[in-house]
Amino acid sequence: MKKRIMEYFVFFVFVAFIGISFLIDFNFGQNMGRNFYIFAKDMVLILPPAFILIGLFDVWVSRKTVENSFGKKSGVMKYIYAIGLAATTVGGTFVAFPVANALYHKGAGYDSIITYVTAASLFMIPMSIMEASILGIKFTALRLGLSIPLIIISANILKFIFNKNNYKLPEVE
Amino acid sequence: MKYLYIVAAIALIISFVKDKKKTLKGIKRGLKKFQKILPKYLMLLVIISIVLLLSEDFIIKYLNQGNILIGTLSSVIIGSVTMMPGFIAYPLSGVLLEKGVAYIIIGGFVTSLMLVGVVTYPVEKEYFGKKLTILRNLFGFLIAVGIAIGIGLFYGEVL
Repeated sequence: MKKRIMEYFVFFVFVAFIGISFLIDFNFGQNMGRNFYIFAKDMVLILPPAFILIGLFDVWVSRKTVENSFGKKSGVMKYIYAIGLAATTVGGTFVAFPVANALYHKGAGYDSIITYVTAASLFMIPMSIMEASILGIKFTALRLGLSIPLIIISANILKFIFNKNNYKLPEVE
Repeated sequence: MKYLYIVAAIALIISFVKDKKKTLKGIKRGLKKFQKILPKYLMLLVIISIVLLLSEDFIIKYLNQGNILIGTLSSVIIGSVTMMPGFIAYPLSGVLLEKGVAYIIIGGFVTSLMLVGVVTYPVEKEYFGKKLTILRNLFGFLIAVGIAIGIGLFYGEVL
């Protein structure tokens, strides 16, 4: 219990600092508080349903299903699955990290989960639409088109390295 | 985000109808994972709020310089160490574009911003372990450079 409180310590200090900043009109702290709010309102709200879904995934989806779509037996399809899943993952990497970990412990390969996480940060649909409207469709199409081969190549290099070393991802209970 | 709540709710209902016990187990597992990682996420938010103080002016100043090579390299580095939501990053990129900053530099900034997470390290290492986190981000850096160069070539800004 004590350890758990300690984990929040920095956060509490931060909140206190922001609170005091607003009381005494300290500009620097106020800006920090505003930045915090921008992120917190998006991120913290996204996490509870995401983790509920991860929990349901854990109890319902069998190891075999994951192995067949994201494991050794799945050929090129695993990249398509991984990128498809990434494009529809709401919340980008913040949500993709725990999802990738859960997939791994159900038998997904390194190449699949790395492709998934990397694609999750690059393929967010709402963000890409915004990008295209500001920087042009050509820019967005180029960025996405160039990234696919680079993502898959680097995922395979990493898979090779980590399979050779018998590396295991941490188990998050 | 609303969409995620709807999906979660539908999944919960279907799961509950099919198997009550299993559903409760799933919820329990999900929440346990959540409360375990929550302090790390909050820590991340604190770091991001501080990093975001690196104001837009700073970024504009550093990326809006004549030299393509230095500009691209600094764009990838700045993008790697900062983190900002798309609704801030893209309008900022729009400003850069208006000021005549090359696409290759904007490409490097935008991609590394999304791909390389120096500040997300504390969360990522919980799920991927230290080694994979570091290597994955290193490769992300290289991918960002690759994408930037590709964009630059396409727009005829290099060579």
